[in-house]
Amino acid sequence: MAKKLNLNRVEMPKQADFIRKRNFNEVALGYTADDALAEASRCLDCKKPLCVEGCPVEIDIPGFIRAIAAGDFALAIKTLKKKNCLPAVCGRVCPQEEQCEIKCILQNKGAPIAIGRLERFAADWEAEQASIELPSIKEKTGKRVAVIGSGPAGVTVAGDLTLLGHDVTMYEALHEPGGVLTYGIPEFRLPARVVTREIENLQKLGVKLICNFVVGKTRSLQEILDEFDAVFVGTGAGLPWFMMIPGENLNGVYSANEYLTRVNLMRGFEYPKTYTPVIRHKKVAVVGGGNVAMDCARTALRLGAEDAAIVYRRSEKELPARREEYENAVEEGVKFNFLTLPEKLYGNDEGWLKEIECARMELGEPDASGRRRPVRIDNSEFIMKMDACIIAIGNSPNPIIPQTTPDLEVSKWGTIEVDEETLKTSVDRVWAGGDIVTGAATVILAMGAGRKAARSMHEYLTS
Amino acid sequence: MFKIIERKSIVPNLHLLVVNAPDVVRKIQPGQFVIIHAGEGSERIPLTAADWDREEGTLSIVFMEVGTSTNKLAGMHAGDELQTVVGPLGVPIEIRKFGTVVCIGGCFGMGSIFPVVRALKESGNQVITMLEGRSGYLLYWEDKLSEYSDKTIRLTRDGSYGYQGHVRKGVEILRELNIKPDRVFANGCTTLSYLATKEYEHYNVPVIVTLNTIMIDGTGMCGVCRCTVDGKMKFACVDGPSFDGRLVDWEELAARRKQYISEEAFLVHHSGCGGL
Repeated sequence: MAKKLNLNRVEMPKQADFIRKRNFNEVALGYTADDALAEASRCLDCKKPLCVEGCPVEIDIPGFIRAIAAGDFALAIKTLKKKNCLPAVCGRVCPQEEQCEIKCILQNKGAPIAIGRLERFAADWEAEQASIELPSIKEKTGKRVAVIGSGPAGVTVAGDLTLLGHDVTMYEALHEPGGVLTYGIPEFRLPARVVTREIENLQKLGVKLICNFVVGKTRSLQEILDEFDAVFVGTGAGLPWFMMIPGENLNGVYSANEYLTRVNLMRGFEYPKTYTPVIRHKKVAVVGGGNVAMDCARTALRLGAEDAAIVYRRSEKELPARREEYENAVEEGVKFNFLTLPEKLYGNDEGWLKEIECARMELGEPDASGRRRPVRIDNSEFIMKMDACIIAIGNSPNPIIPQTTPDLEVSKWGTIEVDEETLKTSVDRVWAGGDIVTGAATVILAMGAGRKAARSMHEYLTS
Repeated sequence: MFKIIERKSIVPNLHLLVVNAPDVVRKIQPGQFVIIHAGEGSERIPLTAADWDREEGTLSIVFMEVGTSTNKLAGMHAGDELQTVVGPLGVPIEIRKFGTVVCIGGCFGMGSIFPVVRALKESGNQVITMLEGRSGYLLYWEDKLSEYSDKTIRLTRDGSYGYQGHVRKGVEILRELNIKPDRVFANGCTTLSYLATKEYEHYNVPVIVTLNTIMIDGTGMCGVCRCTVDGKMKFACVDGPSFDGRLVDWEELAARRKQYISEEAFLVHHSGCGGL
């Protein structure tokens, strides 16, 4: 008998907006086992699963959902971990709505299967078990691999190559591993304990982690190459971009990287219990429209801001942030100033920001990116009174390895040049992937790059 | 973890920290810095290297007790461990034979100028070292610095030791000695670096100052250390921390230094005593 279609997905419980906007606890609370069973049983288990095509790391999506529907959660997580070493992270921060879920056949009739929520459920279920089953490791190859940077690209390479039997050492410049997962994505979206758990699982598999080590400074890339058979560079984000308008060095003006690092990595939201100060600004403008901008505005609210306002030069339709994050921000009271361009920042006599002069924009013809180009409207200037301005318009790749490795080819934007198929760089035995190659992108794209590089590295190491 | 070999007060409010950090000192050069993070809950703070022993694998730092994190550091002892000593970070100061060089150290800068003095002397320069302090009891490392200096000049504002005066007095002394520097180096607080720039710029030679901006990661990611040099946005952690002082926007730098003064003072005054 044909299965009756259920077109409505099981809602994910969330903290109420008026409560969550003043705390740093996770917003989305996760499925219960009953929720997960109900949602998983909606899956049609298609013969040709399109969802898998949409996944950058090719998870066997119908496989793990089938296991959940059968109540075999251990099998579900095992299936996930075959392809994804960070399921608890990806279940939370991947843009499923434009990857796997958009391909779901139910998408055309109603709501697609909530693949991300189910992934998160399986990973969180495992974390609650007394012991976890480690995936089996292939016979040791005796090859040594260095992974530079412990962000999403690096940990994927480390996980994949360890399972294939290689010895992996992962280097991290900061005092905590995780890269952007740790310093960038806020606690209320991705709790630190989730990242810690995933990295500890990698260490249990045998990945050696060395923190407080800056390759390019503490050792050169060449010296690392002398000690290892292959090297992966996943050093991610570098210098933040500014708008290059007057007043950007006033006090109270932050890069998103600084603001989020103070709060997340350095736990500034617990100040004065922790020592890294975070100023509790009252009126905060955030320039930009991506997920990072949403994170900054929502963080500002949680630190007690009366006003947190996004300033974005295009319209709501062009917002690059995930819909879910935008909606969360709106619910929490973040204000949105669309079609607005900051042009000048004014300070008081002590050098602290007090006003932002903006101009109104309108949308013109589509530009190279296919989005309609914002055009400035003459004589539309107006003043916003603000005591903080966070610039969240992206960043260049980290400069340290390119600066200190003469033979490494980089583009004019400072990204490392790689072969598209193998992610090999111009230096023999060196691969690269993630933001250091693409410029600022998403966690899952960096993981996809890590997977691609690992495949090519394995081929090299075993040939 | 990084074990503390020694931590002692050298003059009031200034401390010497010797820490085991073999990976850091293997490559360190004059002008480079490390980021220190004492442990969970602490701040990451940048501190310029004052000396090192590559064979022993130890790094020496002179720091001023100024806020919460340095307050905590000052309370640590030999045998204690720091979670993070990462580096060497920043671009080394250019060292070669310039001819006659003047090296000015004040406050913690009397320590951090030492590797510069030593390297300049070893490169064949005539080195004039100036130590500057409010009073004679605040000067230290005189023997260490003199060993690599052709002339060591002490300046105290109260005149209790050496010459009475400040940076400007040093210029007068040079004039009397008929010495014209080919390059000037200054290490110390922002005020000292600024004054050195202003008093020496008439020689039309670079005045290399080492900036003490606020930093978090120290690797070119967070952007808090940005400053304006020669009209362009520079990041002290990866473009500096040493620049030609003649090109630095000092007013902006001074304002940015003060960003967290009230938060720092709050913590120091609430370190367990309730502020009473």
